[in-house]
Amino acid sequence: MMLAVGSRSMGACARLLSALVFLAVAFAPAVAADLLPLTGRVVDQAGMIDAATKALLTAKLEAFEQKSSDQIVVATMNSLDGDSIEDFANRQFRAWGLGQAGENNGILLLVAKDDRKMRIEVGYGLEGTLTDLHSKLIIENTMVPAFRAGDFSGGISRAVDDIILVLEGNAAELEARAERNQEAPEQIDWAVVLFIVVWATLFFGGFLMAILAPIFGKKLGPNRYRWLGMDITIGGSSGRSGSSGSSGWSSGSSSGGGFSGGGGSSGGGGASGGW
Amino acid sequence: MTATDHVTAVRLPRLGVLVLLLLAPLLSGCGFNTIPTAEEKAKAAWSEVLNQYQRRADLIPNLVETVKGYAAQEREVLEAVVEARAKATQPQIQVTPEQLSDPVAFKAFQEGQAGLTGALSRLLAVVENYPDLKSNQNFLALQAQLEGTENRIAVARRDYIEAVRVYNTSLRTFPSLLWAKFWFTSNEPFANFTVAEDKMDVPKVDFGTKQGG
Repeated sequence: MMLAVGSRSMGACARLLSALVFLAVAFAPAVAADLLPLTGRVVDQAGMIDAATKALLTAKLEAFEQKSSDQIVVATMNSLDGDSIEDFANRQFRAWGLGQAGENNGILLLVAKDDRKMRIEVGYGLEGTLTDLHSKLIIENTMVPAFRAGDFSGGISRAVDDIILVLEGNAAELEARAERNQEAPEQIDWAVVLFIVVWATLFFGGFLMAILAPIFGKKLGPNRYRWLGMDITIGGSSGRSGSSGSSGWSSGSSSGGGFSGGGGSSGGGGASGGW
Repeated sequence: MTATDHVTAVRLPRLGVLVLLLLAPLLSGCGFNTIPTAEEKAKAAWSEVLNQYQRRADLIPNLVETVKGYAAQEREVLEAVVEARAKATQPQIQVTPEQLSDPVAFKAFQEGQAGLTGALSRLLAVVENYPDLKSNQNFLALQAQLEGTENRIAVARRDYIEAVRVYNTSLRTFPSLLWAKFWFTSNEPFANFTVAEDKMDVPKVDFGTKQGG
């Protein structure tokens, strides 16, 4: 209908544009609820958590990430718009990239207010520590009773305490993971870089000279060439080049005030429930 | 005259080889890597699907034993689950990543798993009649694991569907289509899950607790 109205008088470009708009409109409902923006460690779209608890939770989660590198995010939303909470939680988790890349040690505690559903979505890396059963028990024994009594802040806060308790239970693994993530991308070992540059120059320099000198250099005799002011004999060795450029790059891992996911992923671990 | 001819004759092939060597990495810029990358991704996603289905199959013997302890009279339902599991795990209907382009094998695998899903959901429906069993710790643990596994299967299937979509598209759309026609001639589109059975796969029990729907 809309296409037919506009297409006759407009140019081909405009027609294409309107077709694209039409497609975008047509396929938009395939993805039900909109993903939430990551505004912090506690994303309270539905307004279920009071300010004091929110501040407390944020501080607690930040301290826990400092210690273990595990990223826990609490999110509340108004409505799933017909989506299943499992599907939404997984898409949301991946969109935010909770947990460190490579470790996938993130956890998303999601509450859908109007649907009266909650889910603990666990990243790949924590599936062995916070098992589906643990998640289920936390939901059934901690969250559901509090939620039924209308105490959303208390239920969420105690659930976070439980999650942290379970994750801390595996102390050795926790420390090992924190250590791995502290030293990983921070500094480049310059000794190693220098070592590689020197050896690469020695190793490939010979090949390079042997190939480039005959092509670009001036021929002096059989297998002897002059290039870049050096006499090069292929087969023997006389020319030598001494250039080792130290390329200056640095890993830009800025630690600003804003919070963002570390690039972890989840394969649907965890459990869900309703109240 | 002859001397300069000789020099250019020697120089040109060498220059050509050098140019070719320098250009080789640019092949990836021409989309040479598109098809193999998409193919490997789809195969990896399929391995994850198999992995999660296997995980479900591994949970079933324990589940059946636990239910038997409380509801031995539900023999029919229990036997149906055991039978469906045997059917779904028989070696001849397993689909290795190399067989993904075979729609018949894929369909047989999908039907086997769908049968097991159906039998399992009937078992879980019957269990609702046994309060003792439902409060059994062992059963609760198994149920949580089973739910988690069903959800992981759903995620793995979704990832596979997306990976295959990308791979099949790369075989049929313009720049990579050329590579498919002239180089990767043996690459075939992979079979994919159909939407109808995807919906059928996850058993949902609604007790009418949903609000505001």
